Amino acid sequence: MTQSAIWSPERTVEIIAAHAHREGPLLPILHDIQGAFGHVPHDAVSIIAGALNLSRAEVHGVISFYHDFHAAPAEGRVIKLCRAEACQARGVEALAAAVEGRIALEPVYCLGLCASGPAAMIDGRLVARLTAERLIQLAEA
Amino acid sequence: MAIRLYVPADTAAVAVGADDVARALAAEARQAGVEILIVRNGSRGAFELETLVEVETALGRIGYGPVYAEDVPGLVAAGLFEGGAHPKRVGRPEDLPFFACQTRLTFVRCGIINPQSLDAYLAHGGGEGLATARALGPAGVIEAVTRSGLRGRGGAGFPSGIKWRTVADAPGPRKYVVCNADEGDSGTFADRLLMEGDPFLMIEGMIIAGLAVGAAKGFIYIRSEYPLAITAMERAIETARAAGWLAADSDPAFDIEVRVGAGAYVCGEETALLESLEGRRGQVRAKPPLPAHKGLFGQPTVINNCLSLAAVPHILAGGAHLYASHGHGRSHGTMPIQLAGDIRNGGLVEVPFGISLGELVDGIGGGTLSGRPVRAVQVGGPLGAFFPRRLFDTPFDYEAFAARGGLIGHGGVVVFSEGIDMAAQARFAMEFCAIESCGKCTPCRIGAVRGVEVIDKIRAGQAREANIAVLTDLCETMKFGSLCALGGFTPYPVMSALTHFPEDFGALAPAPELAGQEA
Ligand SMILES: Cc1cc2nc3c(=O)[nH]c(=O)nc-3n(C[C@H](O)[C@H](O)[C@H](O)COP(=O)(O)O)c2cc1C
Ligand code: SF4
Ligand code: FES
Repeated sequence: MTQSAIWSPERTVEIIAAHAHREGPLLPILHDIQGAFGHVPHDAVSIIAGALNLSRAEVHGVISFYHDFHAAPAEGRVIKLCRAEACQARGVEALAAAVEGRIALEPVYCLGLCASGPAAMIDGRLVARLTAERLIQLAEA
Repeated sequence: MAIRLYVPADTAAVAVGADDVARALAAEARQAGVEILIVRNGSRGAFELETLVEVETALGRIGYGPVYAEDVPGLVAAGLFEGGAHPKRVGRPEDLPFFACQTRLTFVRCGIINPQSLDAYLAHGGGEGLATARALGPAGVIEAVTRSGLRGRGGAGFPSGIKWRTVADAPGPRKYVVCNADEGDSGTFADRLLMEGDPFLMIEGMIIAGLAVGAAKGFIYIRSEYPLAITAMERAIETARAAGWLAADSDPAFDIEVRVGAGAYVCGEETALLESLEGRRGQVRAKPPLPAHKGLFGQPTVINNCLSLAAVPHILAGGAHLYASHGHGRSHGTMPIQLAGDIRNGGLVEVPFGISLGELVDGIGGGTLSGRPVRAVQVGGPLGAFFPRRLFDTPFDYEAFAARGGLIGHGGVVVFSEGIDMAAQARFAMEFCAIESCGKCTPCRIGAVRGVEVIDKIRAGQAREANIAVLTDLCETMKFGSLCALGGFTPYPVMSALTHFPEDFGALAPAPELAGQEA
């Protein structure tokens, strides 16, 4: 499982401080908060907005735009299976059907492994030449 | 002396177990009492052979592939450390037909050297472009890039020299170089291979761009789906800083920051990317103003694809004229083409423009991996057209593809074999557009959703003729009413599927005379 810390305002403030000097610091901050806590909690939004002189709605608008940021933590492993064209051509839809009900999948569109698909990102780690068996094994490991 | 082994650390190798292979080799060597040195190189780009293990011998580097950790004891017993015979021995990789037919200018070091070694980079010709750039000065560099005929490799094929000239001439207190490493097109991975396999080349290309236009700051925007490329670039930038390549007082003064995307395809579009860098939703900006005039934080900005920037050091070191002498028509130089999908020899193929689609797919690619006949090839990513075998004589060239209703985009070639349902692919194209639309304009935001519905009706056989007319109209509206190419080019895959494969949309019989027509 992904090791995510419990959300803390102190850690949030530290993360913001680490990026505050950068040009356009919002995405780097959101990435680090998502990375540290497994999501970007509602309470973090107010702190970020205050620190960057933005409205909460603006910060929320950014979080909701990007697929990588989540308002709630994921349960269990995050398995992003590539559903884009080159992996379709290599049978990813049959693979997805074979594991349906057994493991929860999120779609992702291309992982740059298009001549080695089907491919997936499992808790941030890339795997390719997947079969249903191997995917289940990796998911349940 | 220790025996030198190469085990790629590229994602394409690591994702199929390269780290385990490296560990297994180390363990076997220890047991056999053989002293080895494992270099973690990039990938040469033949994905079917990964993990491609190489051993340095008197005869050159001898490759074995694809190697899995469980193969290692057998390979070592067969004499891998001396280049011994084994069914997985492929000989010298550069002699394989897949590599022998390539002209590697941009990818010359990729898979050869330790990508994190600046010394190895310099020993293999790295840095010569920058030295030439310093000697030529900004005007000379722009002149050379213009004369080389280099066109943007990100998709639009815009002449890079003209773009650089515009930014150089634009007044502004601060200018930026932005490297577009968002590489969202399915079937493409050349940017990723290069960032992981030769990151100092990316850095050198960006420094030269900065010198040419008068920018002291560069950003490289890498998609989050590429974690190893992000680490590779960050490490190489640290090394380049320590070596004095990147600093406020380096010559030229320049520094680079890595920024990570957040899973939005549209952020590959240059103005959406700039919005994202500034910390906003990745929504496309209306043009004008051009990024060259008012780009990042409102300042003049060069934004180029990785491959465009990476072509420049070679152009300067080898000469603009030599670069321009490669190619076909108005497409000069080499193109890193990526063979993907159902293909036997998938991977990176850098060749001069002009090679035909058929030579790529049937020749270098070796046909399909599944062994089924090829049915369709999608060139240029999710916004590119589907080509039937009938059009395999099309030369890889910007204009030739446009003349046949297609585009080469970032050079991705995705092969589909018999059994693929082209109406389902058309539906996917619309669905992808609906998912990834930035929402700024109606033809794209609403049109793509409508497109999915209409294709569903056609597939269900509901008022087929009328709904095909609706779909055709809708595609026209998207094509001409969208602000950017996401909405504007989604009609390419949709209409090419309909035109070339009408039988998949319920036409009674294939209509070859219609399908043979060019758009
Ligand atoms: C929806 C969309 C996605 C794009 N994705 C990318 C991308 O991932 N990488 C890229 O270099 N260009 C991409 N482009 C093209 C860029 O807008 C732009 O043309 C390019 O970065 C310019 O660099 P170049 O002149 O070196 O090609 C995309 C365009 C659109 C409309
Ligand atoms: S075409 Fe689509 S992605 Fe492009 S600007 Fe319009 S809504 Fe946004
Ligand atoms: S299409 Fe699946 S990795 Fe590229």
